[in-house]
Amino acid sequence: MIDQRRRGFLKGVLGAGVASFALGSGMIPLRVEAATTPDASNWPKKAFNTPGVDETISELYGMDATESDKISMDLPTIAQNGAVVPVTVETTLPNVTGIALLVAKNPNALAASFDIPEGTMPFVSNRLKMAETTDVVAVVISDGKAYKATKNVKVTVGGCGG
Amino acid sequence: MASSIRVRAVENGGVTSLKALVRHPMDSGFVKDSAGNVIPAHFIQLLTITHNGKDVFVANWGPAVSKDPFLECRFKGAKKGDKLTISWTDNKGESDSTTATIA
Repeated sequence: MIDQRRRGFLKGVLGAGVASFALGSGMIPLRVEAATTPDASNWPKKAFNTPGVDETISELYGMDATESDKISMDLPTIAQNGAVVPVTVETTLPNVTGIALLVAKNPNALAASFDIPEGTMPFVSNRLKMAETTDVVAVVISDGKAYKATKNVKVTVGGCGG
Repeated sequence: MASSIRVRAVENGGVTSLKALVRHPMDSGFVKDSAGNVIPAHFIQLLTITHNGKDVFVANWGPAVSKDPFLECRFKGAKKGDKLTISWTDNKGESDSTTATIA
Protein backbone atom coordinates (compact mmCIF):
# COMPACT_ATOMS: atom_id res chain seq x y z
CA MET A 1 0.00 0.00 0.00
CA ILE A 2 2.70 2.44 1.09
CA ASP A 3 4.90 1.20 -1.69
CA GLN A 4 2.26 1.83 -4.24
CA ARG A 5 1.65 5.35 -3.03
CA ARG A 6 5.34 6.05 -3.03
CA ARG A 7 5.62 4.79 -6.52
CA GLY A 8 2.71 6.96 -7.62
CA PHE A 9 4.34 9.93 -5.98
CA LEU A 10 7.67 9.23 -7.64
CA LYS A 11 6.00 8.80 -11.00
CA GLY A 12 4.29 12.14 -10.56
CA VAL A 13 7.54 13.90 -9.71
CA LEU A 14 9.41 12.24 -12.54
CA GLY A 15 6.63 12.98 -14.99
CA ALA A 16 6.54 16.63 -14.03
CA GLY A 17 10.32 16.78 -14.27
CA VAL A 18 10.38 15.30 -17.77
CA ALA A 19 7.54 17.56 -18.88
CA SER A 20 9.23 20.73 -17.66
CA PHE A 21 12.53 19.61 -19.15
CA ALA A 22 10.88 19.01 -22.51
CA LEU A 23 9.15 22.36 -22.27
CA GLY A 24 12.40 24.07 -21.36
CA SER A 25 14.44 22.46 -24.12
CA GLY A 26 11.66 23.18 -26.60
CA MET A 27 11.46 26.81 -25.61
CA ILE A 28 15.14 27.64 -25.84
CA PRO A 29 15.79 26.72 -29.49
CA LEU A 30 12.55 28.45 -30.46
CA ARG A 31 13.60 31.65 -28.81
CA VAL A 32 17.15 31.48 -30.24
CA GLU A 33 15.75 30.89 -33.71
CA ALA A 34 13.42 33.85 -33.45
CA ALA A 35 16.28 36.05 -32.33
CA THR A 36 18.84 35.01 -34.95
CA THR A 37 16.78 34.38 -38.09
CA PRO A 38 17.93 37.11 -40.45
CA ASP A 39 15.18 39.29 -41.83
CA ALA A 40 15.30 39.16 -45.63
CA SER A 41 12.83 42.02 -46.12
CA ASN A 42 15.65 44.39 -47.10
CA TRP A 43 16.90 41.99 -49.75
CA PRO A 44 17.47 44.10 -52.91
CA LYS A 45 14.87 42.30 -55.00
CA LYS A 46 14.90 44.73 -57.90
CA ALA A 47 18.69 44.67 -58.28
CA PHE A 48 18.61 40.87 -58.35
CA ASN A 49 16.10 41.01 -61.23
CA THR A 50 18.00 43.43 -63.46
CA PRO A 51 19.91 42.23 -66.52
CA GLY A 52 23.10 44.00 -67.57
CA VAL A 53 26.10 45.06 -65.47
CA ASP A 54 25.79 48.87 -65.48
CA GLU A 55 22.03 48.81 -64.99
CA THR A 56 22.42 46.50 -62.01
CA ILE A 57 25.13 48.61 -60.39
CA SER A 58 23.04 51.77 -60.61
CA GLU A 59 19.95 49.88 -59.37
CA LEU A 60 21.86 48.44 -56.42
CA TYR A 61 23.96 51.42 -55.37
CA GLY A 62 22.31 54.34 -57.14
CA MET A 63 25.52 55.36 -58.92
CA ASP A 64 27.91 54.35 -61.68
CA ALA A 65 31.17 52.53 -60.94
CA THR A 66 34.58 53.63 -62.23
CA GLU A 67 37.32 51.18 -63.17
CA SER A 68 39.93 50.59 -60.47
CA ASP A 69 43.20 48.66 -60.51
CA LYS A 70 43.10 48.38 -56.71
CA ILE A 71 40.60 45.53 -56.84
CA SER A 72 42.16 42.11 -57.20
CA MET A 73 40.04 39.24 -58.47
CA ASP A 74 41.05 35.62 -58.22
CA LEU A 75 39.06 33.32 -60.46
CA PRO A 76 39.91 30.69 -63.06
CA THR A 77 40.52 31.84 -66.66
CA ILE A 78 38.93 28.62 -67.79
CA ALA A 79 36.14 27.05 -65.73
CA GLN A 80 35.43 23.43 -66.57
CA ASN A 81 32.12 23.57 -64.72
CA GLY A 82 30.05 26.73 -65.02
CA ALA A 83 27.90 25.65 -62.08
CA VAL A 84 30.73 26.07 -59.58
CA VAL A 85 33.17 28.86 -60.34
CA PRO A 86 35.19 30.05 -57.34
CA VAL A 87 35.52 33.85 -57.21
CA THR A 88 37.67 35.71 -54.68
CA VAL A 89 37.78 39.49 -54.43
CA GLU A 90 40.12 41.60 -52.36
CA THR A 91 40.87 45.32 -52.46
CA THR A 92 43.30 47.85 -51.06
CA LEU A 93 40.72 50.64 -51.40
CA PRO A 94 39.99 52.37 -48.04
CA ASN A 95 36.75 52.40 -45.99
CA VAL A 96 35.01 49.63 -47.88
CA THR A 97 31.35 49.20 -46.96
CA GLY A 98 30.16 46.88 -49.70
CA ILE A 99 31.26 44.36 -52.32
CA ALA A 100 29.10 42.95 -55.12
CA LEU A 101 29.71 40.17 -57.63
CA LEU A 102 28.09 40.36 -61.07
CA VAL A 103 28.06 37.90 -63.94
CA ALA A 104 27.55 39.83 -67.18
CA LYS A 105 25.79 37.21 -69.30
CA ASN A 106 23.62 35.60 -66.62
CA PRO A 107 19.88 36.30 -67.04
CA ASN A 108 20.18 38.64 -64.07
CA ALA A 109 23.65 40.06 -63.58
CA LEU A 110 23.78 40.33 -59.79
CA ALA A 111 24.99 37.13 -58.11
CA ALA A 112 25.76 38.39 -54.62
CA SER A 113 26.19 41.61 -52.68
CA PHE A 114 27.95 41.81 -49.34
CA ASP A 115 27.78 44.38 -46.55
CA ILE A 116 31.20 45.01 -45.06
CA PRO A 117 30.78 46.53 -41.58
CA GLU A 118 33.63 48.39 -39.90
CA GLY A 119 36.34 45.99 -38.74
CA THR A 120 35.65 43.50 -41.51
CA MET A 121 38.32 43.08 -44.16
CA PRO A 122 37.41 43.97 -47.76
CA PHE A 123 37.77 40.34 -48.79
CA VAL A 124 35.26 37.72 -49.89
CA SER A 125 35.34 34.32 -51.51
CA ASN A 126 32.22 32.74 -52.97
CA ARG A 127 31.28 30.21 -55.65
CA LEU A 128 29.03 31.30 -58.52
CA LYS A 129 27.09 29.82 -61.41
CA MET A 130 27.60 31.11 -64.92
CA ALA A 131 25.74 29.92 -67.97
CA GLU A 132 28.42 30.63 -70.58
CA THR A 133 31.79 32.29 -71.20
CA THR A 134 31.36 35.74 -69.70
CA ASP A 135 32.77 38.70 -67.82
CA VAL A 136 32.68 38.63 -64.03
CA VAL A 137 32.53 42.09 -62.48
CA ALA A 138 33.49 42.92 -58.90
CA VAL A 139 32.08 46.16 -57.50
CA VAL A 140 33.56 47.75 -54.38
CA ILE A 141 32.04 50.65 -52.45
CA SER A 142 34.88 52.71 -50.97
CA ASP A 143 34.40 56.10 -49.29
CA GLY A 144 30.87 56.13 -50.65
CA LYS A 145 31.99 55.74 -54.27
CA ALA A 146 31.64 52.70 -56.51
CA TYR A 147 34.64 51.06 -58.20
CA LYS A 148 34.73 48.00 -60.40
CA ALA A 149 37.07 45.45 -61.94
CA THR A 150 36.31 42.94 -64.68
CA LYS A 151 37.71 39.53 -65.53
CA ASN A 152 36.65 37.11 -68.25
CA VAL A 153 35.94 33.45 -67.54
CA LYS A 154 35.82 30.88 -70.29
CA VAL A 155 33.25 28.23 -69.44
CA THR A 156 33.76 24.84 -71.07
CA VAL A 157 30.72 22.83 -70.13
CA GLY A 158 32.08 19.76 -71.89
CA GLY A 159 34.89 19.64 -69.39
CA CYS A 160 37.66 19.06 -71.94
CA GLY A 161 39.54 22.11 -70.70
CA GLY A 162 39.69 23.48 -74.22
CA MET B 1 18.64 17.14 -37.35
CA ALA B 2 22.16 17.91 -38.34
CA SER B 3 22.79 21.55 -39.13
CA SER B 4 22.91 22.65 -42.76
CA ILE B 5 25.88 24.87 -41.92
CA ARG B 6 29.49 23.85 -41.47
CA VAL B 7 31.82 26.52 -40.19
CA ARG B 8 35.49 26.85 -39.42
CA ALA B 9 36.79 30.08 -37.95
CA VAL B 10 40.45 30.62 -37.08
CA GLU B 11 41.96 33.67 -35.41
CA ASN B 12 45.50 34.63 -36.36
CA GLY B 13 47.24 37.95 -35.69
CA GLY B 14 44.00 39.74 -34.81
CA VAL B 15 42.22 38.67 -37.97
CA THR B 16 39.57 35.97 -37.89
CA SER B 17 39.21 33.98 -41.07
CA LEU B 18 35.89 32.21 -41.47
CA LYS B 19 34.97 29.52 -43.95
CA ALA B 20 31.37 28.35 -44.17
CA LEU B 21 29.70 25.67 -46.25
CA VAL B 22 25.90 25.57 -46.35
CA ARG B 23 23.88 22.64 -47.64
CA HIS B 24 21.20 24.14 -49.89
CA PRO B 25 19.89 23.34 -53.43
CA MET B 26 20.11 27.00 -54.61
CA ASP B 27 17.63 26.32 -57.45
CA SER B 28 17.66 29.24 -59.86
CA GLY B 29 14.19 28.82 -61.30
CA PHE B 30 15.72 28.54 -64.81
CA VAL B 31 16.36 24.79 -64.78
CA LYS B 32 13.91 22.07 -65.82
CA ASP B 33 13.72 18.59 -64.35
CA SER B 34 13.76 15.39 -66.41
CA ALA B 35 9.97 15.66 -67.01
CA GLY B 36 10.38 19.16 -68.47
CA ASN B 37 8.87 21.00 -65.52
CA VAL B 38 10.62 24.11 -64.27
CA ILE B 39 12.15 23.58 -60.84
CA PRO B 40 10.90 26.57 -58.82
CA ALA B 41 13.47 29.02 -57.52
CA HIS B 42 14.70 28.05 -54.06
CA PHE B 43 17.76 29.89 -52.85
CA ILE B 44 19.25 31.55 -49.78
CA GLN B 45 18.60 35.30 -49.81
CA LEU B 46 20.38 36.43 -46.70
CA LEU B 47 23.24 35.03 -44.64
CA THR B 48 24.57 36.87 -41.63
CA ILE B 49 27.59 36.29 -39.43
CA THR B 50 27.26 37.76 -35.96
CA HIS B 51 29.89 38.24 -33.24
CA ASN B 52 28.87 39.60 -29.81
CA GLY B 53 25.48 40.62 -31.17
CA LYS B 54 27.02 42.65 -34.01
CA ASP B 55 26.89 41.73 -37.68
CA VAL B 56 30.43 41.25 -38.97
CA PHE B 57 29.39 40.09 -42.44
CA VAL B 58 26.14 40.15 -44.38
CA ALA B 59 25.68 38.33 -47.67
CA ASN B 60 22.72 39.03 -49.97
CA TRP B 61 22.58 36.09 -52.33
CA GLY B 62 20.76 35.57 -55.58
CA PRO B 63 20.06 32.35 -57.46
CA ALA B 64 23.43 32.59 -59.27
CA VAL B 65 25.29 31.44 -56.17
CA SER B 66 26.37 27.81 -56.57
CA LYS B 67 24.59 24.87 -54.99
CA ASP B 68 25.79 24.17 -51.44
CA PRO B 69 27.25 27.69 -51.14
CA PHE B 70 30.78 28.29 -49.91
CA LEU B 71 31.75 31.58 -48.30
CA GLU B 72 35.00 32.88 -46.92
CA CYS B 73 35.42 36.20 -45.15
CA ARG B 74 37.81 37.89 -42.71
CA PHE B 75 37.25 40.34 -39.89
CA LYS B 76 39.01 41.94 -36.92
CA GLY B 77 38.00 42.33 -33.30
CA ALA B 78 37.38 38.73 -32.26
CA LYS B 79 39.62 36.41 -30.26
CA LYS B 80 40.10 32.66 -29.84
CA GLY B 81 37.21 31.06 -27.94
CA ASP B 82 34.68 33.71 -29.00
CA LYS B 83 31.37 32.53 -30.39
CA LEU B 84 30.08 33.33 -33.86
CA THR B 85 26.52 32.86 -35.04
CA ILE B 86 25.85 32.08 -38.69
CA SER B 87 22.24 32.29 -39.87
CA TRP B 88 20.47 32.14 -43.20
CA THR B 89 16.98 32.70 -44.60
CA ASP B 90 15.84 31.54 -48.03
CA ASN B 91 13.14 32.73 -50.43
CA LYS B 92 10.68 30.14 -49.08
CA GLY B 93 11.06 31.47 -45.57
CA GLU B 94 13.12 28.50 -44.39
CA SER B 95 16.04 29.29 -42.14
CA ASP B 96 18.84 27.76 -40.14
CA SER B 97 21.38 28.96 -37.65
CA THR B 98 24.48 27.59 -35.99
CA THR B 99 27.09 28.71 -33.51
CA ALA B 100 30.82 28.23 -33.96
CA THR B 101 33.75 28.79 -31.64
CA ILE B 102 36.80 30.59 -33.00
CA ALA B 103 39.92 28.40 -32.86
